[in-house]
Amino acid sequence: MLETVQAFFRDLAETHPKWNFIFFYDPSQWDRVVTGLWVTIQLSVVCVILSVIIGLVGAWLQGSPIRPLRYLVAGYIQFFRNTPPLIQLLFFYFALGQFTPTYSPDGWLEVPWISNVGWAIISLSFFAGAFNVEIFRSGIEAVPDSTKEASEALGMSRLQTYIYVVMPLAFRVSLPALNNNLVNLVKTTTQAIAIAVPELLYQMVSIYNDYSTAQNAAMTVLFIVYIGLVGILVLGMNRWERSMRIPGYGA
Amino acid sequence: MAETNWTTDQPIVSIKEVHKSFGALEVLKGVSLDVMKGEVICIIGPSGSGKSTLIRCINALNDIQSGSIKVEGLEVHDAHLDKLALRKKVGMVFQQYNLFPHKTALENVMMAPVLVLKEDKAEVEKRARALIAKVRLEGKEDSYPGELSGGQQQRVAIARSLAMQPDVMLFDEVTAALDPETVKEVLITIKDLAAEGMTCILVTHEMGFAREIADHIYFTDRGVIVEHGPPATFFKKAKDPRTQEFLSQIL
Ligand SMILES: Nc1ncnc2c1ncn2[C@@H]1O[C@H](COP(=O)(O)OP(=O)(O)OP(=O)(O)O)[C@@H](O)[C@H]1O
Ligand SMILES: [Mg+2]
Repeated sequence: MLETVQAFFRDLAETHPKWNFIFFYDPSQWDRVVTGLWVTIQLSVVCVILSVIIGLVGAWLQGSPIRPLRYLVAGYIQFFRNTPPLIQLLFFYFALGQFTPTYSPDGWLEVPWISNVGWAIISLSFFAGAFNVEIFRSGIEAVPDSTKEASEALGMSRLQTYIYVVMPLAFRVSLPALNNNLVNLVKTTTQAIAIAVPELLYQMVSIYNDYSTAQNAAMTVLFIVYIGLVGILVLGMNRWERSMRIPGYGA
Repeated sequence: MAETNWTTDQPIVSIKEVHKSFGALEVLKGVSLDVMKGEVICIIGPSGSGKSTLIRCINALNDIQSGSIKVEGLEVHDAHLDKLALRKKVGMVFQQYNLFPHKTALENVMMAPVLVLKEDKAEVEKRARALIAKVRLEGKEDSYPGELSGGQQQRVAIARSLAMQPDVMLFDEVTAALDPETVKEVLITIKDLAAEGMTCILVTHEMGFAREIADHIYFTDRGVIVEHGPPATFFKKAKDPRTQEFLSQIL
């Protein structure tokens, strides 16, 4: 089976030199694709989770009675929402990266505590997190004051009300917008190529830099993989949305 | 917890010269009233006269500008008030029910005792089921609010409040959003409660019900208590022209 596939693509590369799917018959190129895909998946999953946590915490802080805290969150949102994520990545890695403390595992090499992958995670999570704060906030605003009041009258604290009443309701309202933002985040992980994070795009570009005939093939595969990845995310989100639907509530 | 030396021969709720403004608008202009343990009092009056505001001040959902409100000797508007101690004593039912839409009837009733009083879940569930039976909703334990009629939701809301085992219950026009057939089922529930000796403060437009159930009736107009008395004298011998006019319109 594997042999036939490899033979097919090797033949294709010979008959159609512009369509050299080299990674489908050359195991070492295949490894690069798989490694890249794995990094992309890990980066996406970690950033999705972190950005959602940032969104939840940020939205909670925005409702805080402490004014400086609210300003801080507002400033954070303005910065990350109104500047290009690519510049954020470069800034984090090249500007802030200079100041990261280093350690020396072998007494020779100086390794920074935060690697390029670490900076990509931080930068992308904060980027998507800024939008998530706004998304959750509009969800929170959709929860009627009277519902919060009922919770307050039952003796629940602000935090308890937030966790058990406001968030579960706000979350349901926020899901469609959250869905869009997370899709965007997964696509934006490709920009980590700018700081040499070995994710899928990085690997694919490396491959066609090494084998220029593989360019069209690499592009094609990139499109297909991202359609697949985003498709899985959307499917999961939709299923989640359905499972959270409340009988007799909302549309 | 705040200890008070309140005894049952003193008013359980004592309101003295309360003034309350929203900005420039003075809504309560020196309101005083006392409620003894086990008493049922009804507050009636035209729309906008401050009935809801007064009742909300009793459990600190609104603050006040001057005067004092005591519940079992606990100074409600003391800056150092232990709000939780107050909320354990006072239950409140709202016009719009304000149930938690993402929780079943049973979960709505169980939530506060489990989260706030940290009571054992199995114990709470037993009590919650008994309360749901008491408000005549057996079989609806697993229904979501969206699947219940207005009257049924309101009875769940009453059970939810009772689950905290309060000493005083506040009802703010709890039948105003209901259609005439369902009003009765809610009124019966409240009557049962009153018969068991629960201290009740009701804002209501149901004059027949007020006459039947109340120990004392208060008539408010434009932020003052114009007139009050036991139902027999209040309805027959209202002296103030404002009361007479209100009663003539409504009866
Ligand atoms: N949160 C608020 N902010 C500003 N004004 C308010 C607020 N709540 C109530 N008011 C005003 O206070 C006045 C009294 O309102 P309240 O709700 O206590 O009246 P009510 O007697 O309960 O009337 P109704 O029978 O219509 O429920 C009204 O003029 C109202 O507009
Ligand atoms: Mg009112």
